[in-house]
Amino acid sequence: MDLIADRGRRVTVDELNTSKLLAHAAEQARDRKYEDMLIVDCDAHHYENENFNEILPFIENDVLRQLTMSGRAKGRHSIVPGQVGYQDMGGRVTRYPLRMTEKTDPAGKLRDVQLGERWMDAMGVDYSCLFPTGMLNVGLHPQKEMEVELCWAYNRWLTEVVLPENHGRFYTQLALPLSDAEASLRQVEMFGGRKGVTGFMVTTVRTLPVHDNSLMKVYRAIEERGLSLAFHSGPNWGEPVFKGLNRFLSVHALGFSFYNILHCTNWVINGMGERFPKLPVIWIESGLAWIPFLMQRLDHEYMMRPSEAPLLKKKPSDYMRDMFYSTQPMEIQDMEALECTFRMMNAETQLMYASDYPHWDFDLPSTIYDLPFLSEKAKHNILGGNAARTFKLEPRNEAQKANLIKYGNYTAG
Amino acid sequence: MAEQFVGRLSEFTDGSRQIVKIGNTEVGVFRHEGEFFAYSNYCLHQGGPACEGLTIAKVEEMLREDKTSMGLFFSEKDMNFVCPWHGYEYDMKTGECISDRKLKLKRFNVVQKGEDVYVVA
Repeated sequence: MDLIADRGRRVTVDELNTSKLLAHAAEQARDRKYEDMLIVDCDAHHYENENFNEILPFIENDVLRQLTMSGRAKGRHSIVPGQVGYQDMGGRVTRYPLRMTEKTDPAGKLRDVQLGERWMDAMGVDYSCLFPTGMLNVGLHPQKEMEVELCWAYNRWLTEVVLPENHGRFYTQLALPLSDAEASLRQVEMFGGRKGVTGFMVTTVRTLPVHDNSLMKVYRAIEERGLSLAFHSGPNWGEPVFKGLNRFLSVHALGFSFYNILHCTNWVINGMGERFPKLPVIWIESGLAWIPFLMQRLDHEYMMRPSEAPLLKKKPSDYMRDMFYSTQPMEIQDMEALECTFRMMNAETQLMYASDYPHWDFDLPSTIYDLPFLSEKAKHNILGGNAARTFKLEPRNEAQKANLIKYGNYTAG
Repeated sequence: MAEQFVGRLSEFTDGSRQIVKIGNTEVGVFRHEGEFFAYSNYCLHQGGPACEGLTIAKVEEMLREDKTSMGLFFSEKDMNFVCPWHGYEYDMKTGECISDRKLKLKRFNVVQKGEDVYVVA
Protein backbone atom coordinates (compact mmCIF):
# COMPACT_ATOMS: atom_id res chain seq x y z
CA MET A 1 0.00 0.00 0.00
CA ASP A 2 1.44 3.38 -0.99
CA LEU A 3 1.15 6.57 1.05
CA ILE A 4 2.02 10.03 -0.25
CA ALA A 5 5.00 11.66 1.44
CA ASP A 6 7.01 14.77 0.56
CA ARG A 7 6.68 16.25 -2.93
CA GLY A 8 4.30 13.50 -4.03
CA ARG A 9 6.86 10.75 -3.31
CA ARG A 10 5.14 7.41 -2.75
CA VAL A 11 6.16 5.28 0.21
CA THR A 12 5.16 1.64 0.45
CA VAL A 13 3.92 0.48 3.85
CA ASP A 14 2.29 -2.76 4.97
CA GLU A 15 -1.46 -3.12 4.67
CA LEU A 16 -3.20 -2.31 7.91
CA ASN A 17 -3.85 -5.17 10.23
CA THR A 18 -4.47 -3.95 13.76
CA SER A 19 -3.11 -7.13 15.35
CA LYS A 20 0.12 -6.80 13.38
CA LEU A 21 0.41 -3.05 13.94
CA LEU A 22 0.09 -3.64 17.68
CA ALA A 23 2.36 -6.69 17.83
CA HIS A 24 4.77 -4.82 20.11
CA ALA A 25 1.88 -4.00 22.44
CA ALA A 26 1.10 -7.71 22.61
CA GLU A 27 4.76 -8.36 23.54
CA GLN A 28 4.43 -5.85 26.37
CA ALA A 29 1.24 -7.55 27.57
CA ARG A 30 2.93 -10.96 27.63
CA ASP A 31 6.11 -9.67 29.31
CA ARG A 32 4.17 -7.91 32.05
CA LYS A 33 1.66 -10.75 32.57
CA TYR A 34 -1.37 -8.54 32.08
CA GLU A 35 -3.63 -11.60 32.00
CA ASP A 36 -3.44 -11.71 35.81
CA MET A 37 -4.53 -8.10 36.13
CA LEU A 38 -7.96 -6.80 35.16
CA ILE A 39 -7.32 -3.96 32.70
CA VAL A 40 -10.14 -1.58 31.89
CA ASP A 41 -9.84 1.04 29.19
CA CYS A 42 -12.27 3.79 30.17
CA ASP A 43 -12.02 5.67 26.86
CA ALA A 44 -11.84 3.97 23.46
CA HIS A 45 -13.43 4.88 20.17
CA HIS A 46 -14.94 3.74 16.96
CA TYR A 47 -15.80 5.71 13.83
CA GLU A 48 -19.57 5.78 13.96
CA ASN A 49 -19.73 7.91 10.80
CA GLU A 50 -18.81 4.76 8.86
CA ASN A 51 -22.04 3.23 10.17
CA PHE A 52 -24.46 6.06 9.59
CA ASN A 53 -26.43 3.96 7.11
CA GLU A 54 -27.27 1.68 10.02
CA ILE A 55 -27.61 4.42 12.66
CA LEU A 56 -29.77 7.01 10.92
CA PRO A 57 -32.83 4.74 10.46
CA PHE A 58 -33.18 4.91 14.26
CA ILE A 59 -33.99 8.65 14.08
CA GLU A 60 -37.56 8.96 15.35
CA ASN A 61 -38.79 12.03 13.51
CA ASP A 62 -39.86 11.14 9.95
CA VAL A 63 -38.77 14.44 8.45
CA LEU A 64 -35.37 14.58 10.14
CA ARG A 65 -34.71 10.93 9.30
CA GLN A 66 -35.49 11.54 5.63
CA LEU A 67 -33.44 14.74 5.68
CA THR A 68 -30.32 13.01 7.00
CA MET A 69 -30.63 9.75 5.08
CA SER A 70 -31.28 11.38 1.72
CA GLY A 71 -28.15 13.44 2.14
CA ARG A 72 -25.87 10.44 2.54
CA ALA A 73 -24.96 10.34 -1.14
CA LYS A 74 -21.29 11.04 -1.71
CA GLY A 75 -20.30 14.67 -1.84
CA ARG A 76 -23.38 15.96 -0.10
CA HIS A 77 -23.75 17.52 3.29
CA SER A 78 -22.40 16.39 6.63
CA ILE A 79 -24.67 15.41 9.49
CA VAL A 80 -22.52 16.18 12.51
CA PRO A 81 -20.55 19.43 12.73
CA GLY A 82 -17.06 18.82 11.41
CA GLN A 83 -13.74 20.32 12.39
CA VAL A 84 -10.55 21.36 10.70
CA GLY A 85 -7.90 19.01 12.03
CA TYR A 86 -4.89 16.92 11.09
CA GLN A 87 -5.01 14.00 13.49
CA ASP A 88 -3.25 11.72 10.98
CA MET A 89 -0.27 14.14 10.64
CA GLY A 90 -0.20 13.92 6.88
CA GLY A 91 -0.35 10.12 6.96
CA ARG A 92 2.45 9.74 9.49
CA VAL A 93 -0.02 7.93 11.76
CA THR A 94 -0.72 5.30 9.15
CA ARG A 95 -3.85 3.72 10.64
CA TYR A 96 -5.83 6.80 9.60
CA PRO A 97 -5.31 6.70 5.83
CA LEU A 98 -5.26 2.88 5.84
CA ARG A 99 -8.27 2.32 8.09
CA MET A 100 -10.77 1.47 5.39
CA THR A 101 -8.40 -1.05 3.82
CA GLU A 102 -8.20 -3.30 6.90
CA LYS A 103 -9.83 -6.64 6.18
CA THR A 104 -12.42 -8.12 8.52
CA ASP A 105 -14.53 -11.25 8.20
CA PRO A 106 -17.68 -10.23 6.33
CA ALA A 107 -19.51 -13.22 7.79
CA GLY A 108 -18.26 -12.49 11.32
CA LYS A 109 -19.22 -9.99 13.95
CA LEU A 110 -19.83 -6.34 13.19
CA ARG A 111 -16.68 -4.77 11.72
CA ASP A 112 -16.31 -2.32 14.61
CA VAL A 113 -16.50 -5.20 17.08
CA GLN A 114 -13.91 -7.25 15.19
CA LEU A 115 -11.53 -4.30 15.07
CA GLY A 116 -12.13 -3.48 18.73
CA GLU A 117 -11.39 -7.02 19.83
CA ARG A 118 -8.14 -6.97 17.84
CA TRP A 119 -6.73 -3.99 19.69
CA MET A 120 -8.12 -5.01 23.06
CA ASP A 121 -6.51 -8.43 22.72
CA ALA A 122 -3.21 -6.94 21.56
CA MET A 123 -2.99 -4.46 24.42
CA GLY A 124 -4.15 -6.91 27.07
CA VAL A 125 -7.30 -4.88 27.75
CA ASP A 126 -10.24 -6.79 29.23
CA TYR A 127 -12.97 -4.16 28.92
CA SER A 128 -13.27 -0.95 26.94
CA CYS A 129 -15.71 1.90 27.27
CA LEU A 130 -16.75 2.60 23.71
CA PHE A 131 -17.33 6.18 22.63
CA PRO A 132 -18.03 7.71 19.22
CA THR A 133 -15.58 9.94 17.34
CA GLY A 134 -17.32 12.51 15.12
CA MET A 135 -20.27 12.72 17.44
CA LEU A 136 -18.03 14.18 20.12
CA ASN A 137 -18.87 17.40 18.24
CA VAL A 138 -22.62 16.92 18.58
CA GLY A 139 -22.75 19.71 21.16
CA LEU A 140 -21.87 22.14 18.38
CA HIS A 141 -24.89 21.19 16.32
CA PRO A 142 -26.92 24.32 15.59
CA GLN A 143 -30.20 22.41 15.84
CA LYS A 144 -31.18 21.21 19.28
CA GLU A 145 -33.69 18.74 17.83
CA MET A 146 -31.01 17.19 15.61
CA GLU A 147 -28.64 16.80 18.58
CA VAL A 148 -31.44 14.94 20.35
CA GLU A 149 -32.19 12.71 17.38
CA LEU A 150 -28.55 11.87 16.63
CA CYS A 151 -27.91 10.89 20.25
CA TRP A 152 -31.10 8.85 20.33
CA ALA A 153 -30.28 7.01 17.09
CA TYR A 154 -26.66 6.35 18.08
CA ASN A 155 -27.65 5.18 21.56
CA ARG A 156 -30.24 2.77 20.15
CA TRP A 157 -27.82 1.39 17.55
CA LEU A 158 -25.00 1.01 20.06
CA THR A 159 -27.10 -0.76 22.68
CA GLU A 160 -29.18 -2.87 20.28
CA VAL A 161 -26.62 -3.77 17.60
CA VAL A 162 -23.02 -3.23 18.72
CA LEU A 163 -22.83 -4.12 22.41
CA PRO A 164 -24.74 -7.43 22.12
CA GLU A 165 -22.16 -8.72 19.60
CA ASN A 166 -19.23 -8.12 21.91
CA HIS A 167 -20.25 -10.41 24.78
CA GLY A 168 -19.78 -7.70 27.37
CA ARG A 169 -16.20 -6.63 26.67
CA PHE A 170 -17.40 -3.25 25.42
CA TYR A 171 -19.38 -1.16 27.81
CA THR A 172 -20.41 2.45 27.37
CA GLN A 173 -21.49 5.76 28.79
CA LEU A 174 -24.08 7.03 26.34
CA ALA A 175 -24.01 10.50 24.80
CA LEU A 176 -26.50 12.94 26.29
CA PRO A 177 -28.17 15.65 24.17
CA LEU A 178 -27.43 18.13 26.91
CA SER A 179 -28.92 21.11 25.07
CA ASP A 180 -32.34 19.63 25.81
CA ALA A 181 -32.83 18.61 29.44
CA GLU A 182 -36.18 16.90 28.87
CA ALA A 183 -34.78 14.83 26.02
CA SER A 184 -31.71 13.97 28.09
CA LEU A 185 -33.92 12.74 30.89
CA ARG A 186 -35.94 10.63 28.48
CA GLN A 187 -32.76 9.01 27.17
CA VAL A 188 -31.56 8.26 30.71
CA GLU A 189 -34.93 6.65 31.46
CA MET A 190 -34.94 4.75 28.17
CA PHE A 191 -31.35 3.51 28.02
CA GLY A 192 -30.14 3.65 31.63
CA GLY A 193 -31.09 0.07 32.39
CA ARG A 194 -29.74 -1.50 29.23
CA LYS A 195 -26.96 -4.06 29.31
CA GLY A 196 -23.51 -2.51 28.97
CA VAL A 197 -24.68 0.98 29.91
CA THR A 198 -22.70 2.12 32.94
CA GLY A 199 -23.63 5.77 32.70
CA PHE A 200 -23.95 8.78 30.44
CA MET A 201 -21.49 11.11 28.77
CA VAL A 202 -21.49 14.84 28.13
CA THR A 203 -19.55 15.88 25.05
CA THR A 204 -17.78 18.91 26.45
CA VAL A 205 -17.07 20.74 23.20
CA ARG A 206 -19.85 23.15 24.04
CA THR A 207 -20.27 26.17 26.29
CA LEU A 208 -23.64 25.35 27.81
CA PRO A 209 -23.52 25.79 31.62
CA VAL A 210 -23.56 22.29 33.10
CA HIS A 211 -24.98 23.67 36.36
CA ASP A 212 -28.17 24.99 34.74
CA ASN A 213 -31.23 24.32 36.88
CA SER A 214 -32.94 22.49 34.02
CA LEU A 215 -30.30 19.75 34.14
CA MET A 216 -30.66 18.81 37.81
CA LYS A 217 -33.35 16.22 37.07
CA VAL A 218 -31.01 14.58 34.55
CA TYR A 219 -28.16 14.22 37.03
CA ARG A 220 -30.55 13.06 39.74
CA ALA A 221 -31.94 10.36 37.42
CA ILE A 222 -28.43 9.13 36.66
CA GLU A 223 -27.47 9.13 40.34
CA GLU A 224 -30.68 7.34 41.39
CA ARG A 225 -29.91 4.53 38.97
CA GLY A 226 -26.45 4.00 40.38
CA LEU A 227 -24.91 5.09 37.09
CA SER A 228 -22.00 7.44 36.33
CA LEU A 229 -21.53 10.70 34.47
CA ALA A 230 -18.56 11.32 32.18
CA PHE A 231 -17.37 14.52 30.55
CA HIS A 232 -15.46 13.74 27.36
CA SER A 233 -13.39 16.58 25.94
CA GLY A 234 -12.16 17.51 22.47
CA PRO A 235 -10.54 20.24 20.40
CA ASN A 236 -12.34 22.98 18.49
CA TRP A 237 -10.43 25.35 16.22
CA GLY A 238 -13.67 27.27 15.74
CA GLU A 239 -13.82 28.32 19.39
CA PRO A 240 -13.31 32.12 19.34
CA VAL A 241 -10.44 32.07 21.82
CA PHE A 242 -8.54 29.54 19.67
CA LYS A 243 -8.89 31.33 16.35
CA GLY A 244 -5.54 32.99 16.94
CA LEU A 245 -3.74 29.64 17.01
CA ASN A 246 -2.02 28.63 13.77
CA ARG A 247 -1.05 25.00 14.39
CA PHE A 248 -3.21 21.96 15.13
CA LEU A 249 -0.68 21.00 17.81
CA SER A 250 -1.62 24.15 19.72
CA VAL A 251 -5.37 23.70 19.28
CA HIS A 252 -5.14 20.08 20.36
CA ALA A 253 -2.91 20.78 23.35
CA LEU A 254 -5.16 23.51 24.72
CA GLY A 255 -8.61 22.44 23.57
CA PHE A 256 -8.89 19.11 25.33
CA SER A 257 -7.93 20.63 28.65
CA PHE A 258 -9.81 23.89 28.09
CA TYR A 259 -13.28 22.41 27.83
CA ASN A 260 -12.90 20.18 30.84
CA ILE A 261 -11.41 23.06 32.84
CA LEU A 262 -14.44 25.15 31.86
CA HIS A 263 -17.05 22.57 32.83
CA CYS A 264 -15.20 21.24 35.87
CA THR A 265 -15.01 24.78 37.22
CA ASN A 266 -18.76 25.22 36.90
CA TRP A 267 -19.37 21.77 38.33
CA VAL A 268 -17.23 22.40 41.41
CA ILE A 269 -18.01 26.06 42.15
CA ASN A 270 -21.76 25.49 41.85
CA GLY A 271 -21.64 22.75 44.45
CA MET A 272 -22.63 19.85 42.23
CA GLY A 273 -20.57 17.58 44.44
CA GLU A 274 -22.81 18.55 47.36
CA ARG A 275 -25.99 18.16 45.30
CA PHE A 276 -25.12 14.72 43.92
CA PRO A 277 -22.68 13.17 46.37
CA LYS A 278 -23.28 9.61 45.16
CA LEU A 279 -22.87 10.36 41.46
CA PRO A 280 -19.49 9.13 40.16
CA VAL A 281 -18.14 11.82 37.81
CA ILE A 282 -15.30 11.09 35.38
CA TRP A 283 -13.32 13.71 33.44
CA ILE A 284 -12.04 12.16 30.22
CA GLU A 285 -9.23 12.91 27.77
CA SER A 286 -7.72 16.10 29.03
CA GLY A 287 -4.46 14.66 30.24
CA LEU A 288 -3.56 15.19 33.88
CA ALA A 289 -1.51 18.39 34.04
CA TRP A 290 -4.64 20.58 34.19
CA ILE A 291 -5.78 18.98 37.44
CA PRO A 292 -3.17 20.44 39.84
CA PHE A 293 -3.43 23.73 37.93
CA LEU A 294 -7.19 23.97 38.44
CA MET A 295 -7.03 22.74 42.04
CA GLN A 296 -4.60 25.53 42.92
CA ARG A 297 -6.43 28.24 40.97
CA LEU A 298 -9.85 27.43 42.40
CA ASP A 299 -8.60 27.00 45.99
CA HIS A 300 -6.74 30.31 45.78
CA GLU A 301 -9.82 32.20 44.61
CA TYR A 302 -12.23 30.36 46.91
CA MET A 303 -10.25 31.28 50.02
CA MET A 304 -10.88 34.95 49.24
CA ARG A 305 -14.35 34.74 47.71
CA PRO A 306 -16.28 31.97 49.52
CA SER A 307 -19.47 34.02 49.34
CA GLU A 308 -19.58 33.30 45.59
CA ALA A 309 -19.59 29.55 46.20
CA PRO A 310 -21.80 29.17 49.29
CA LEU A 311 -22.75 25.55 48.60
CA LEU A 312 -19.19 24.40 49.19
CA LYS A 313 -18.34 22.84 52.55
CA LYS A 314 -14.71 22.21 51.71
CA LYS A 315 -12.15 23.50 49.25
CA PRO A 316 -12.66 23.09 45.49
CA SER A 317 -9.68 20.76 45.31
CA ASP A 318 -11.37 18.46 47.82
CA TYR A 319 -14.36 18.15 45.50
CA MET A 320 -12.00 17.52 42.60
CA ARG A 321 -10.40 14.71 44.60
CA ASP A 322 -13.84 13.13 45.00
CA MET A 323 -14.11 12.76 41.21
CA PHE A 324 -12.40 10.45 38.72
CA TYR A 325 -10.06 11.18 35.83
CA SER A 326 -8.89 9.22 32.81
CA THR A 327 -5.16 8.91 32.29
CA GLN A 328 -4.79 9.66 28.60
CA PRO A 329 -3.07 11.59 27.09
CA MET A 330 -0.74 11.41 30.06
CA GLU A 331 1.97 14.09 30.11
CA ILE A 332 5.07 12.09 30.99
CA GLN A 333 7.92 14.45 30.13
CA ASP A 334 8.73 15.41 33.74
CA MET A 335 8.48 12.42 36.09
CA GLU A 336 8.60 14.52 39.26
CA ALA A 337 5.75 16.71 38.03
CA LEU A 338 3.76 13.62 37.13
CA GLU A 339 4.34 12.10 40.57
CA CYS A 340 3.19 15.34 42.19
CA THR A 341 0.07 15.30 40.02
CA PHE A 342 -0.71 11.73 41.08
CA ARG A 343 -0.31 12.73 44.72
CA MET A 344 -2.52 15.81 44.42
CA MET A 345 -5.38 13.95 42.79
CA ASN A 346 -5.23 10.79 44.94
CA ALA A 347 -4.53 8.83 41.80
CA GLU A 348 -4.52 5.51 43.59
CA THR A 349 -8.29 5.66 44.01
CA GLN A 350 -9.36 8.34 41.49
CA LEU A 351 -7.46 7.65 38.30
CA MET A 352 -8.59 5.26 35.56
CA TYR A 353 -6.49 4.01 32.66
CA ALA A 354 -7.62 5.03 29.17
CA SER A 355 -6.13 4.16 25.81
CA ASP A 356 -8.15 6.43 23.48
CA TYR A 357 -7.34 3.90 20.77
CA PRO A 358 -7.45 4.13 17.79
CA HIS A 359 -6.90 7.88 17.98
CA TRP A 360 -3.46 9.24 17.22
CA ASP A 361 -2.26 9.94 20.77
CA PHE A 362 -3.31 6.64 22.37
CA ASP A 363 -1.60 5.31 25.50
CA LEU A 364 -0.78 1.68 26.21
CA PRO A 365 -1.26 0.11 29.67
CA SER A 366 2.55 0.19 30.03
CA THR A 367 2.38 3.98 30.44
CA ILE A 368 0.96 3.22 33.89
CA TYR A 369 2.51 -0.17 34.57
CA ASP A 370 6.07 1.11 34.06
CA LEU A 371 5.82 4.22 36.27
CA PRO A 372 8.63 3.94 38.82
CA PHE A 373 6.81 5.68 41.68
CA LEU A 374 3.64 3.56 41.76
CA SER A 375 2.96 0.77 44.26
CA GLU A 376 1.58 -2.55 43.04
CA LYS A 377 -1.78 -1.60 44.51
CA ALA A 378 -1.82 1.71 42.65
CA LYS A 379 -0.98 -0.02 39.37
CA HIS A 380 -3.79 -2.53 39.82
CA ASN A 381 -6.25 0.18 40.85
CA ILE A 382 -5.45 2.59 38.04
CA LEU A 383 -5.23 -0.01 35.28
CA GLY A 384 -8.56 -1.59 36.16
CA GLY A 385 -9.53 -1.79 39.81
CA ASN A 386 -10.94 1.72 40.11
CA ALA A 387 -13.05 1.19 36.99
CA ALA A 388 -14.13 -2.31 38.06
CA ARG A 389 -15.30 -0.87 41.38
CA THR A 390 -17.10 2.08 39.77
CA PHE A 391 -18.65 0.29 36.78
CA LYS A 392 -19.19 -3.08 38.52
CA LEU A 393 -17.13 -5.06 36.03
CA GLU A 394 -16.41 -8.71 36.68
CA PRO A 395 -12.97 -10.32 36.49
CA ARG A 396 -12.36 -12.55 33.48
CA ASN A 397 -10.26 -15.16 35.26
CA GLU A 398 -9.41 -16.36 38.76
CA ALA A 399 -6.10 -14.49 38.98
CA GLN A 400 -7.84 -11.23 38.18
CA LYS A 401 -10.51 -11.99 40.76
CA ALA A 402 -7.87 -12.66 43.40
CA ASN A 403 -6.15 -9.36 42.64
CA LEU A 404 -9.42 -7.42 42.70
CA ILE A 405 -10.19 -8.90 46.10
CA LYS A 406 -6.63 -8.27 47.32
CA TYR A 407 -6.84 -4.57 46.50
CA GLY A 408 -10.46 -4.03 47.57
CA ASN A 409 -11.90 -3.59 44.09
CA TYR A 410 -14.09 -6.68 43.80
CA THR A 411 -17.73 -5.66 43.76
CA ALA A 412 -19.30 -8.07 41.28
CA GLY A 413 -20.87 -11.43 42.01
CA MET B 1 28.84 -10.24 16.89
CA ALA B 2 26.55 -12.28 14.66
CA GLU B 3 25.73 -11.30 11.13
CA GLN B 4 22.12 -11.65 10.07
CA PHE B 5 21.34 -11.91 6.36
CA VAL B 6 18.89 -9.20 5.33
CA GLY B 7 18.59 -9.62 1.57
CA ARG B 8 20.19 -9.19 -1.81
CA LEU B 9 21.43 -5.75 -2.77
CA SER B 10 19.13 -5.78 -5.77
CA GLU B 11 16.13 -6.09 -3.45
CA PHE B 12 16.90 -2.71 -1.92
CA THR B 13 15.80 0.09 -4.17
CA ASP B 14 16.62 3.54 -2.89
CA GLY B 15 14.02 4.53 -0.30
CA SER B 16 13.07 0.96 0.54
CA ARG B 17 13.23 -0.72 3.93
CA GLN B 18 13.09 -4.16 5.46
CA ILE B 19 12.40 -5.36 8.98
CA VAL B 20 14.49 -8.29 10.19
CA LYS B 21 14.06 -10.35 13.31
CA ILE B 22 17.29 -10.99 15.21
CA GLY B 23 16.76 -13.18 18.24
CA ASN B 24 14.15 -11.44 20.36
CA THR B 25 14.55 -8.07 18.74
CA GLU B 26 13.64 -6.42 15.44
CA VAL B 27 15.78 -4.17 13.28
CA GLY B 28 14.68 -1.85 10.50
CA VAL B 29 17.10 -1.60 7.58
CA PHE B 30 16.70 1.40 5.27
CA ARG B 31 18.45 2.19 2.02
CA HIS B 32 18.63 5.93 1.61
CA GLU B 33 20.68 7.83 -0.99
CA GLY B 34 22.70 4.69 -1.68
CA GLU B 35 23.63 4.07 1.97
CA PHE B 36 22.26 1.58 4.46
CA PHE B 37 20.97 2.60 7.89
CA ALA B 38 19.76 0.10 10.48
CA TYR B 39 17.98 0.87 13.76
CA SER B 40 16.05 -0.83 16.52
CA ASN B 41 12.42 -1.18 15.50
CA TYR B 42 11.21 -0.25 18.99
CA CYS B 43 10.14 3.38 19.34
CA LEU B 44 11.61 5.14 22.37
CA HIS B 45 8.18 6.53 23.20
CA GLN B 46 5.86 3.56 23.80
CA GLY B 47 7.62 0.78 21.93
CA GLY B 48 5.88 1.08 18.58
CA PRO B 49 7.35 -0.28 15.34
CA ALA B 50 9.50 2.80 14.76
CA CYS B 51 10.88 1.75 11.38
CA GLU B 52 7.66 0.53 9.76
CA GLY B 53 5.93 3.81 9.01
CA LEU B 54 6.26 6.65 6.57
CA THR B 55 9.61 8.07 5.51
CA ILE B 56 9.23 11.77 4.92
CA ALA B 57 11.50 14.77 4.49
CA LYS B 58 12.08 16.88 7.59
CA VAL B 59 9.76 19.87 7.84
CA GLU B 60 11.50 23.22 8.23
CA GLU B 61 10.33 26.76 8.81
CA MET B 62 12.38 29.43 7.13
CA LEU B 63 12.79 32.96 8.46
CA ARG B 64 13.72 36.12 6.59
CA GLU B 65 16.35 38.55 7.83
CA ASP B 66 13.66 40.53 9.64
CA LYS B 67 12.56 37.34 11.49
CA THR B 68 9.26 37.05 9.65
CA SER B 69 8.29 33.54 8.68
CA MET B 70 8.37 32.34 5.09
CA GLY B 71 6.24 29.33 6.03
CA LEU B 72 6.84 25.59 6.06
CA PHE B 73 9.04 23.66 3.66
CA PHE B 74 10.20 20.10 3.15
CA SER B 75 13.95 19.85 3.66
CA GLU B 76 16.08 19.33 0.55
CA LYS B 77 18.58 17.16 2.44
CA ASP B 78 17.21 15.68 5.68
CA MET B 79 14.99 12.61 5.69
CA ASN B 80 13.07 11.24 8.68
CA PHE B 81 11.31 7.99 9.37
CA VAL B 82 8.18 8.04 11.49
CA CYS B 83 6.78 5.62 14.06
CA PRO B 84 3.27 4.84 12.83
CA TRP B 85 1.80 4.59 16.35
CA HIS B 86 2.11 8.25 17.41
CA GLY B 87 4.26 10.04 14.86
CA TYR B 88 7.61 10.15 16.68
CA GLU B 89 10.09 11.19 13.97
CA TYR B 90 13.68 9.97 13.72
CA ASP B 91 16.57 11.34 11.68
CA MET B 92 17.39 8.78 8.98
CA LYS B 93 21.15 9.37 9.21
CA THR B 94 21.53 9.38 13.00
CA GLY B 95 18.49 7.67 14.55
CA GLU B 96 17.98 10.71 16.75
CA CYS B 97 14.45 11.65 17.73
CA ILE B 98 14.06 15.03 16.06
CA SER B 99 11.98 16.52 18.89
CA ASP B 100 14.64 15.61 21.49
CA ARG B 101 17.99 14.66 20.01
CA LYS B 102 19.19 13.21 23.30
CA LEU B 103 16.89 10.30 22.49
CA LYS B 104 18.49 8.01 19.98
CA LEU B 105 17.49 4.63 18.59
CA LYS B 106 20.05 1.86 18.88
CA ARG B 107 21.98 1.70 15.62
CA PHE B 108 23.23 -1.47 13.96
CA ASN B 109 26.02 -1.81 11.43
CA VAL B 110 25.21 -3.03 7.96
CA VAL B 111 27.80 -4.84 5.85
CA GLN B 112 27.76 -5.88 2.21
CA LYS B 113 29.43 -9.05 1.06
CA GLY B 114 29.22 -9.08 -2.69
CA GLU B 115 25.52 -8.90 -3.44
CA ASP B 116 24.45 -9.92 0.06
CA VAL B 117 23.46 -7.46 2.79
CA TYR B 118 23.89 -8.31 6.48
CA VAL B 119 23.06 -6.61 9.78
CA VAL B 120 25.62 -7.00 12.54
CA ALA B 121 23.95 -7.65 15.88
